[in-house]
Amino acid sequence: MKQIFEILENNARATSQQISKMTGIPVTEVEKAIKQAEKDKTILKYKTMINWSKLGEEQVWAIVEVKVVPQRNVGFDAIAEHIYRFPQARSVYLVSGTYDLAVLVVGKTMQEIAAFVTEKLAPLETVQGTATYFLLKRYKEDGEILEGEGGVKRLPITP
Amino acid sequence: MSAVPLNRIKSTYQFLSARVNNVSPSGIRKFFDLLSSVEDVISLGVGEPDFVTPWQIREAAIYSLEKGYTMYTSNYGLPELRQKLAEHLESQYLGYNPNTELLITTGVSEGLDLALRAILNPGDEVIMPDPCYVAYPACTLLAEGKPVTVPTTEQNDFQIKASDIKTRINHRTKAILIGYPSNPTGAIMPRDELAQIADIADEYNLIVISDEIYGRLVYDVDHVCFASLPRMRDRTILLSGFSKAYAMTGWRIGYAAANHQIIEAMTKIHQYTILCAPITAQMAAIEALKSADNEVEAMVRDYDRRRRFMLEGLKDIGLTCFEPKGAFYTFPSIKVTGMTSEKFAERLLLEEKVAVVPGSAFGQCGEGYIRCCYATSLADIEEALKRMGRFVSKYKQKT
Repeated sequence: MKQIFEILENNARATSQQISKMTGIPVTEVEKAIKQAEKDKTILKYKTMINWSKLGEEQVWAIVEVKVVPQRNVGFDAIAEHIYRFPQARSVYLVSGTYDLAVLVVGKTMQEIAAFVTEKLAPLETVQGTATYFLLKRYKEDGEILEGEGGVKRLPITP
Repeated sequence: MSAVPLNRIKSTYQFLSARVNNVSPSGIRKFFDLLSSVEDVISLGVGEPDFVTPWQIREAAIYSLEKGYTMYTSNYGLPELRQKLAEHLESQYLGYNPNTELLITTGVSEGLDLALRAILNPGDEVIMPDPCYVAYPACTLLAEGKPVTVPTTEQNDFQIKASDIKTRINHRTKAILIGYPSNPTGAIMPRDELAQIADIADEYNLIVISDEIYGRLVYDVDHVCFASLPRMRDRTILLSGFSKAYAMTGWRIGYAAANHQIIEAMTKIHQYTILCAPITAQMAAIEALKSADNEVEAMVRDYDRRRRFMLEGLKDIGLTCFEPKGAFYTFPSIKVTGMTSEKFAERLLLEEKVAVVPGSAFGQCGEGYIRCCYATSLADIEEALKRMGRFVSKYKQKT
């Protein structure tokens, strides 16, 4: 069963028929497992990775370190939840080390991100301080290399 | 320079040795020339992984170059590599003394040549399966031995039968040469079948050369190392390498493991002809043994999916195929078309732009079959199957 998800994680467009052929699990069982996984949120979503820069779309990415004061009973969860509700926050992580939350922010311009940090994030009551790092170049994301030379070609016939 | 230009000599054939003239060029090569005339081909004709060597292995090789590891090594290979290899073999199959029983070679290709030349006197016979890897009969001939083939069939899952071997043994028989998991068929040999061959080797005092380059690429079964069978260690020359499991074909790095006297004899040839395997490839191999188990497992899982996918696909388009449990090949029968393997492969290439290797390139018993490699992207396998399906239904003979 784990195989089904390994295949889907790598290729969301793999059909139940294809997965069945690859794993030897009957189609009906593959479909059942996927349905169940969608229902219980094992499968959160089917997404496509787009390299927007190829379409000429400008995007600005920044990692924002956030230092916060944990709150009684809820620790970091309440403030993390507060922050992740902003659509600008693409990813939010609690991290160990000198700060507490790492927030990945995506916007159209630097001003947009600056406005989000200074007007939304920094003023929050439990936020003690922020540090913003704008990304200069994205090389690899979620295991995919964004720009790189194509693979080396094999000879078409070898022993 | 006042040498006679070659074009003044009528034929240079006269200079060639009978030994070389006796060997015909690989059927695969012949096909390669035809292939280069067709564009946008989907190839199922390759015999190597579609993965690139895992990065940490490449990185270790680069680092070794930066540090200046550019010299010869011991003829046997770097001591650290032999040590690591001995540990690896011990954990997987059986133990070998890293100082006297292992030789690092430039791939199994070299190991095979060394093994045959080390043991054969002119006219000695070597028993091998048909179909088999193209180098087995060729290297036997080059070592002035005589290849004696044992037919294997789809009905027997292309396994070589001990009883068939037995009927071909005579006083000139020196060795049995097997290669399982098999290129081209993908067949494997179960333990009990191998045990029967071991009995014969014992009874007739034969050497067994076992090419286990695909040993790590098995699906739903465990690979049985021939040398690990009772009493077989000292009569077996185990040949293997890094090419297939670690996706390192172009590095040319493999090894031979055997009794020290045999290794000594093979090293004698090796030291005069190769001297030592390239040091960069040896450094890479050390890293492969140290850290690439996860990568190997991931690749095996991936091959297995594509294996099943192709097998199902072949069935869907009306070609029968036994289930190969090793390597990365399927070996479907194309007899429903009434064509020879070569004709099938040629027409398929020209009409549908899919390259496969005619089974007949691997021996007479490969006639009526084609070798399809599934070490290629799923999308390509799917498209190739679609085209082959069109082709097969066009030529399928009415029954």
